[in-house]
Amino acid sequence: MDFILLDALANAGGAVGAGLAAVGAGIGIGQIGKGAVEAIARQPEASNDIRANMILAAALVEGAALFAIIIGFLAMVL
Amino acid sequence: MNPKFVKIQVKKATFPSPIIQYSPIFAPNFGKDMATNSIKSLLVGVLSTILICFSFKASAQHEATKGAEEHAAPKKEGFNAKEVIFEHIMDAHEFHFINYKGSDGELHPVSIPLPIFLYSPQNGFSVFMSSAFEHGHKEVKGYKLEEGKILPVEAGVKVLDLSPTRNVVQMILALAFLVWLMISVAKTYSSGQGVSSAPKGKQNLVEVLVAFVRDEVARPNLRHKANKYLPYLLTVFFFILINNVIGLIPGTANVTGNIAFTIVLGLISFVVILFSSNSHYWGHIFNPPGVPGFVKPILVLVEFLSVFIKPFALIIRLFANMVAGHIIIICLISLIFIFAQIQPALGFAASPVSIAFTVFIYFIEVLVAFLQAFIFTVLTAVFIGQAFEGEHHHEDEHAHA
Repeated sequence: MDFILLDALANAGGAVGAGLAAVGAGIGIGQIGKGAVEAIARQPEASNDIRANMILAAALVEGAALFAIIIGFLAMVL
Repeated sequence: MNPKFVKIQVKKATFPSPIIQYSPIFAPNFGKDMATNSIKSLLVGVLSTILICFSFKASAQHEATKGAEEHAAPKKEGFNAKEVIFEHIMDAHEFHFINYKGSDGELHPVSIPLPIFLYSPQNGFSVFMSSAFEHGHKEVKGYKLEEGKILPVEAGVKVLDLSPTRNVVQMILALAFLVWLMISVAKTYSSGQGVSSAPKGKQNLVEVLVAFVRDEVARPNLRHKANKYLPYLLTVFFFILINNVIGLIPGTANVTGNIAFTIVLGLISFVVILFSSNSHYWGHIFNPPGVPGFVKPILVLVEFLSVFIKPFALIIRLFANMVAGHIIIICLISLIFIFAQIQPALGFAASPVSIAFTVFIYFIEVLVAFLQAFIFTVLTAVFIGQAFEGEHHHEDEHAHA
């Protein structure tokens, strides 16, 4: 009994954690995209620099989300 | 799959019905919380919904294990998505393509076997092909294959597995291809073609990427030292790219989704970052300027940890991205078989949707293959740039003053 419940709770925890990480990353990447589009609209000539920085920032946000997803995955597997 | 999984599933099978056992635990609290606190009741509601979902999953697994036990052991009945996913993303001693049903009604795997080199103090060296195991059904020279791992049959025998697994073999093949491509392109350039004239043939492919890494990655981040680090950055970029792209071909191994592979790349980047650091960089870490004294201990700790977190983030980012991509694709394909298990017609109905999504994700994965190679390179360049940045600024300041 305990074993099944713990296993299910671990699975649930992993899934909820991954979902929360996705929510956070979604908000973060949304903000980055918003900022980049606004900046490009103001200064179209700087769009190349902005795009490079946007991808970099998005990668950093995504990295944080992927940490959470890996940990969620470990919670399910281990 | 690790052995722990199996243990848990076996335990599950011994309990008659997990579904009923969950609900009473959370049900009594439900009404009370609803009355007292709306947020708490919402949380409980969400949690119980999740638990109900999981109890369905658990009961389905329970049924599946029971079903498997009823039929004879080696013949696998039904479709186990978890097994398929793990087999796909993990390392193996063979390239496994498909299973076909032979005339005897048994499933026969189609695979390319790889050589196995083993050393143990008791048995000495043994060399044979992985096909000798017959996919775990047979013991060879005192060894057996279990869950993709080679174990000695007798207890107390230590074994050192030196065999090239499919990841290793594929990485070496990718490397050979890369070396051939680069050397042939370099030869064309040294013969004069493409230096002042238009590039030709393979040069078109390589020149675009090299120029991109040089202009977008190395020069903005490394400025006057760009040419010094360009060979390393280009090597990392092309090595990750070629392994990402080859990993997308169905039937191949998931090389960049192997944590050992990314750890080695991350460690090399870490060493390069450390060797290009200067006193200014370390000064900023251990004695941050312009910071009040009581904040310093915290900041020094954070800054010091960030030295290690940077390459760690590189490692996890590449690993997680590639594994996640492969899992999504295999999950979408698995959906067809999961639906078909419920009802064959449902499987046929699900296939077009599933395949359309798979193709869509596949295109995204091609983008991700390039993007991750680019991001690994660009972040390495940024970190290297940060490591020797101060020196350059100071020179500038002196020049202005």
